[in-house]
Amino acid sequence: MTTVETQVISGVGTSPKRPDGGLKVRGEFAFSSDLWADDMLWGATLRSPHPHARIRGIDITAAVALPGVYAVLTQEDVPGAKRYGLEIADQPVLAMDEVRYQGEPVAVVAADHPETARRAAARIAVDYEVLPAVTEASLGVLLRHVPVRAGDPAAKADVVVTGEYQVGMQDQAFLGPESGLAVPAEDGGIDLYVATQWLHVDQKQVAECLGLPADKVRLSLAGVGGAFGAREDLSMQVHASLLALHTGRPVKMVYGREESFFGHVHRHPAKMWYEHGATRDGKLVYVKAKIVLDGGAYASSSTAVAANAATLGIGPYEVPNVVMDASVYYTNNPPCGAMRGFGAVQACFAYESQMDKLALELGLDPVEVRLRNAMTTGSRMPTGQIVEGPAPVASLLTRVRSFPPPPSSSGDLREMPGGVSNTTHGEGVVRGIGYGIGIKNVAFSEGFDDYATARVRLEVIGGEPAVLVHTAAAEVGQGLVTVQAQIARTELGVERVTVATADTSVGSAAPPSPPRQTTRTGAAVGAARQAVRTELLARVGGARLDGGKVLSESGTVVADLAASIGDEPIEKTVEWRHRPTYPLDPVTGQGNAHVQYAFAAHRATVDVDLDLGLVRVVEIVTAQDVGKAVNPLAVEGQIHGGTAQGLGLALMEEIQIVDGVVRNPSFTDYLIPTILDMPPMKVDILEMADPHSPYGLRGVGEPPTISSTPAIVAAIRAATGKALTRVPVRPEHIVE
Amino acid sequence: MRLNCTVNGEPRQADDVWAGESLLYVLRERLGLPGSKNACEQGECGSCTVYMDGTPVCACLVAAGQAEGRDVVTVEGLADGPVQQAFLAAGAVQCGFCTPGLVVAVHDLLARDSAPTDPEIREALAGNLCRCTGYEKILDAVRIAAAS
Ligand code: FES
Ligand code: FES
Repeated sequence: MTTVETQVISGVGTSPKRPDGGLKVRGEFAFSSDLWADDMLWGATLRSPHPHARIRGIDITAAVALPGVYAVLTQEDVPGAKRYGLEIADQPVLAMDEVRYQGEPVAVVAADHPETARRAAARIAVDYEVLPAVTEASLGVLLRHVPVRAGDPAAKADVVVTGEYQVGMQDQAFLGPESGLAVPAEDGGIDLYVATQWLHVDQKQVAECLGLPADKVRLSLAGVGGAFGAREDLSMQVHASLLALHTGRPVKMVYGREESFFGHVHRHPAKMWYEHGATRDGKLVYVKAKIVLDGGAYASSSTAVAANAATLGIGPYEVPNVVMDASVYYTNNPPCGAMRGFGAVQACFAYESQMDKLALELGLDPVEVRLRNAMTTGSRMPTGQIVEGPAPVASLLTRVRSFPPPPSSSGDLREMPGGVSNTTHGEGVVRGIGYGIGIKNVAFSEGFDDYATARVRLEVIGGEPAVLVHTAAAEVGQGLVTVQAQIARTELGVERVTVATADTSVGSAAPPSPPRQTTRTGAAVGAARQAVRTELLARVGGARLDGGKVLSESGTVVADLAASIGDEPIEKTVEWRHRPTYPLDPVTGQGNAHVQYAFAAHRATVDVDLDLGLVRVVEIVTAQDVGKAVNPLAVEGQIHGGTAQGLGLALMEEIQIVDGVVRNPSFTDYLIPTILDMPPMKVDILEMADPHSPYGLRGVGEPPTISSTPAIVAAIRAATGKALTRVPVRPEHIVE
Repeated sequence: MRLNCTVNGEPRQADDVWAGESLLYVLRERLGLPGSKNACEQGECGSCTVYMDGTPVCACLVAAGQAEGRDVVTVEGLADGPVQQAFLAAGAVQCGFCTPGLVVAVHDLLARDSAPTDPEIREALAGNLCRCTGYEKILDAVRIAAAS
């Protein structure tokens, strides 16, 4: 595969252009769907049309008979483990005697043209006995219940507000569909080029299902067209490998958009009941909450999502008494798992709606009531964990509040609710402002051994010192390649930094999601580079490096860097671990389960057409503490993108499911924000270094997704006076 | 069927094209030009935008046969100029899957209007979805490209 080579010209804290950017703007960057091999076949997947059915038999005769078809495989052809999963191996590679959700893979086909493969799949006759489907989480089988208890469960308060809230099922909707190329190798193994978030976890699962030793399953990261959590689980990896091993030919699989909606997990839909008790001057006394998450047919990362919902579910506030129960259930709906925000999104909509309700009840400004309860460094989470890092909750709120308000409407139709549909020229349009703030854990939790490996090599190439950085971290669009090179350059002072394509020949990078990845892999690169530096300085008796020279303590030149390396390159491989986390007590939910916390606040301004229920978001202001903005341009981009996904959840994005059947698996019917839906976004970045992280790095991509949703809904409530207890908000919720 | 058309200034021929194939498929899989992307196959995302006889179209919506004898320019055929440089300078590229389609769309916008207003930019790019950037840096890129 390609190696991305670059001359990175700046270190931590500046915004060098991305090394992969030039290829991307010219259309030359190879995404996983662009791969091509001589003699390759195309794979296609037959999926269940039913949310729940018994399979009485599968007849592949007609499919095999189609000219151009090379293989038709069912579960009988899976040589190794028949099931896989991130936390629980409960998901069949191909359905066995039962299908548990609509879209579950039943058989796979390889053919010489993608259309032939699809037609062959359609000729497979599956004899289904349709069974009743469980489509309501509370009626499903319990997968995990996470209680959290703090203080007095019977605490009483002067002022009490209650509410019931719902969040619909959101899709990650990355643009580059699931895809990859599996190439059979001479040693009987497989070389798999794939777009994923987590190479080593993929490798382990694929090897088990293929019944091969791990070293015969070699994964390389192909260009990733966005991820947002949806590439933590396997999709086509095992299927393409099975077909390739079976046919002895390279097999490419590329999902279309419709199939992509069935090809990955979604954000858990939630129903939430909250009761907040406070004193008359607005200090929270207690919160009682029950969160019910629909996990869908298979576990994926549901148990961790439920833990996040429980432990982060009262928000960034000091609350002495907490009774929290978060549960996730198996149903026959599509499986849910990781999506940006990971369990913190749903609860934030509920607790922030409650804070607004409390403010209204007390006659207080919504920001004021939040300030009176804002957590700070040293605050105790309901789990008993003390927040040790920066927690600038109050500061973030006052920052977004103090931005000047956006100008009033220009009258341009394109800036009206309804836009060029010409539904209003301003009559019936009311403006509203709302606030939201959220809390997110960074990195894995509950004792998960979360580490990253990096190899850094310092050598002389063509007379110049050069650094090669090699990790297994997945560049999924967040600019990680740039950041790795920046970090390597910062301490070695070498202009020429090459970041090799991620593959499974180095240790795990273990980071499914971008924010965690920058932190952890960045830390590993930093540590490996430190080790290289230490050895080099020891070799020639220098004290520091600058401008390609080795200097003494006093700054005199001891040696030339290239000369000190000579023909003895220095190579160091380092594993970097976060400080350990611990499991939650299964009864009280007490425990230091998280590594770090991150916060973002939003202020949203909206115009609402009261007659038609149409909303236009006029402006969004975000304030976020990022620890250290390694690359400010990329940090802003992450904040913008996360905020946009929160806007989508607030106003338009929902996978609609009726009786277990997805009704809108297309970009025509599942709407994501366009450039016309997005308002100007102002971003205020705080950099409060985290004492537990090299360079003070903190996750960037997730917090902004969490609080933009409640801020927008609060703004609509302010404009309309409606209760709005469900997202996405639909026009009929406003006009009803 | 056999398809003849001009792609990026050169006459090209594709054989054994199945009638149901789109121009996008022919470009990507038969002519070795995978720069145009496929993210929806139904005209919603703009990732597949190419010029056909000078007009931007969604290549996924053009049946291969409709391209017979036409002049097609893809992202690979555009000179690496101010639009591409502005996308890099503005930080408008994250995963980059939307980028080729946007580069063509912005190239077309600025050819028609060298100094578009923000509402005009938004209107012109309303058919190009991006899931990563929230579009803010894409607007910056268009402003930078227009100014250069
Ligand atoms: S792939 Fe053509 S518009 Fe989406
Ligand atoms: S940069 Fe990823 S879709 Fe636009």
